[in-house]
Amino acid sequence: MSHLLEVKNLDVKFDTDEGRITAVENISLSVDQGEVLGIVGESGSGKSVTAKSIMQLNPGNTSYNEDAEIILDNENVLKFTSKQDLKKIRGGKVSMIFQEPMASFAPAIKIGVQMVEQLLIHKNINKDEAKSISINMLKRVGIADAEKRFNQYAFELSGGMRQRAMIAMALSTMPKLLLADEPTTALDVTIQAQVINLIKDIIKEYQMGVIFITHDLGVIAQVADHVAVMYLGSVVEKGPVNEILKNPKHPYTKGLLEALPDINNLDEPLKPIPGNIPSPLDRPTGCVFRTRCPNPCENCRDGNTEMGLIEVEPGHWVDQCCINCG
Amino acid sequence: MSENLISVNNVSVNFDYQENFISKKQKIHAVNNINIKIKKGSFFGLVGESGSGKTTLGRAILGANKISSGNVIFHDDEKDYDLTNINKQDLKEYRKKAQLIFQDPYAALSPRMTVRDIIAEPLEVMRITNSRQETDDRVRDIASKCRLNLEHLRRFPHAFSGGQRQRISIARALVSNPKFIVADESVAALDVSIQADILNLLKQLQNELDLTYLFISHDLSVVAHVCDIVAVMYLGHIVEMAPSRKLFKNPKHSYTKALLSSIPSIDPENKSKAIELKGEIPSALNPPSGCVFRTRCPNPCDNCRNGKTKMGLIEVEPEHWVDQCCANCS
Ligand SMILES: Nc1ncnc2c1ncn2[C@@H]1O[C@H](COP(=O)(O)OP(=O)(O)OP(=O)(O)O)[C@@H](O)[C@H]1O
Ligand SMILES: Nc1ncnc2c1ncn2[C@@H]1O[C@H](COP(=O)(O)OP(=O)(O)OP(=O)(O)O)[C@@H](O)[C@H]1O
Ligand code: SF4
Ligand code: SF4
Ligand SMILES: [Mg+2]
Ligand SMILES: [Mg+2]
Repeated sequence: MSHLLEVKNLDVKFDTDEGRITAVENISLSVDQGEVLGIVGESGSGKSVTAKSIMQLNPGNTSYNEDAEIILDNENVLKFTSKQDLKKIRGGKVSMIFQEPMASFAPAIKIGVQMVEQLLIHKNINKDEAKSISINMLKRVGIADAEKRFNQYAFELSGGMRQRAMIAMALSTMPKLLLADEPTTALDVTIQAQVINLIKDIIKEYQMGVIFITHDLGVIAQVADHVAVMYLGSVVEKGPVNEILKNPKHPYTKGLLEALPDINNLDEPLKPIPGNIPSPLDRPTGCVFRTRCPNPCENCRDGNTEMGLIEVEPGHWVDQCCINCG
Repeated sequence: MSENLISVNNVSVNFDYQENFISKKQKIHAVNNINIKIKKGSFFGLVGESGSGKTTLGRAILGANKISSGNVIFHDDEKDYDLTNINKQDLKEYRKKAQLIFQDPYAALSPRMTVRDIIAEPLEVMRITNSRQETDDRVRDIASKCRLNLEHLRRFPHAFSGGQRQRISIARALVSNPKFIVADESVAALDVSIQADILNLLKQLQNELDLTYLFISHDLSVVAHVCDIVAVMYLGHIVEMAPSRKLFKNPKHSYTKALLSSIPSIDPENKSKAIELKGEIPSALNPPSGCVFRTRCPNPCDNCRNGKTKMGLIEVEPEHWVDQCCANCS
């Protein structure tokens, strides 16, 4: 069976005053129907940019490489240019929950009006139906007095309510692919659990595929089937969730797990990964992590290795130079 | 270190809700009768349900939200500022000393200013630095401490990732050396490694400069690690408050217990023990009488269930405060 989504050899570059920035380099990923792919990684490593590429939402100064492909439902969305085609992916087949809720609600329009509008564009239903679907979805994400909240502006909601309203809006169109970018950062753990269960139910019911970006490894453990770990524009490791969390192979993945604050051991100091984050203008040659790696081999240190994933256990892929030298 | 920097006395904040122009106005009870004291140099944590009033309380303490009743006092070295009764000049002074790191950096950062100018603005507005060189030096120093790339300071905020924008807001709040900071979900968008870096920085400033924080967060492991005292909010009320270790070891309120039991763990075998909260989430437009948690409490007593109890914190152990009805019934 072909994948619902397949991203092949994607590079994303931005032209800026400072020069050409490589935000994403040579990424390949796939998502099946009913599957959740988690993406974790360093802040600024290219997670949001990757997700936005799928909907072609990156700004005008973006360029993609010629041989990149983003195949959704057997069509390469990078070749889409007409409004008609783009409408199919933006809010139709694909919905995105944005990292910053304020960015996705227009400040001067009531949230209910925006939810209804979006449904009317993509579904063949009338206004009343759209309203009842929207209110029902607001209830399901745990918003009390949903009928009244429907009538409010985004700034009148709390941060977490805003985030849930956006989740409700993204789910209400029942897309084939959901791109959830840090969707639970503003939620307390009990409401987070409720929202995650809702997303899981809908995945089951509609066989939706999901890309779930989060820095919360506990959430990843709950929702994801597979995980990709990103560092400075590259996927350095990917595989089944338990395998990655229990048996990480790449030093960056290991460092992330070490940095996780342990609630059962409050005397332990917080342990960031040492070293400075290199600028994307000046990506290290060879292994991107070599400037912060605790034990690079001679070859890595000189930047003489070449990156690329190889399969070390069934389904578990790690950057090749890391395997050869570690 | 026992001196208080902030006293919050019986503070309530309401907002109006109106369906349309002709319908009756209703009240959203965002914050109800809150009493807290924040000690100088402490890391005061505020956790609780989404929509329970944490941001509203934080903003009220900064004079950025109206206070419907009660008062907030900022005890500075030379004088006290009463925020409910403050003149323009004093409010200006207070704003130099107290800074907010916003929950939603996207909305807070002006899209037309470069990042350098955004971070430098407090220095310039408050005339803290004397030359452009000095301003630049301070901007670069704090930016690199917040793990921002110095080459990017000339860019506009939209060209940054979510977590980078969050670090820009942190740098802007810290650059003027304030005495008090309300940090609202300020590390929520950061990966755990950079988060650890930033938290270590905040802690270091707490020690070096005697900086005081109100730290609002949903990440309980982070709160447990950095906060000295933690207050738990539910539907506009503080239901429990204690030194951080006591609270995490020995939670007493039913909501706190449910909350702490739901922290997601990376160990898949470890997810069984979460106390699930049933029942509809009540609304701040129409909060339950008596204990506000009673509609979802796993084991309310008869009095609670009938809404006959009265809320208010009592001290059950030294410095450990719990809502009185909860302390009495369980
Ligand atoms: N429009 C743009 N112009 C130039 N650079 C950009 C632009 N948008 C993003 N970038 C850069 O691309 C890199 C990747 O950004 P992205 O938003 O994908 O990061 P992320 O992994 O989502 O991080 P976070 O976890 O902080 O949200 C960052 O270094 C960012 O500064
Ligand atoms: N400007 C406003 N106008 C009307 N209602 C408001 C306004 N600001 C906040 N509220 C309401 O006050 C209540 C408390 O909101 P607040 O933002 O303080 O919650 P919070 O605890 O910070 O939640 P979260 O964790 O989701 O950010 C909510 O019911 C919210 O809708
Ligand atoms: S390839 Fe070498 S430098 Fe890179 S992470 Fe692996 S061991 Fe470290
Ligand atoms: S006071 Fe009663 S209803 Fe409220 S939390 Fe305690 S036990 Fe539950
Ligand atoms: Mg992002
Ligand atoms: Mg808030």
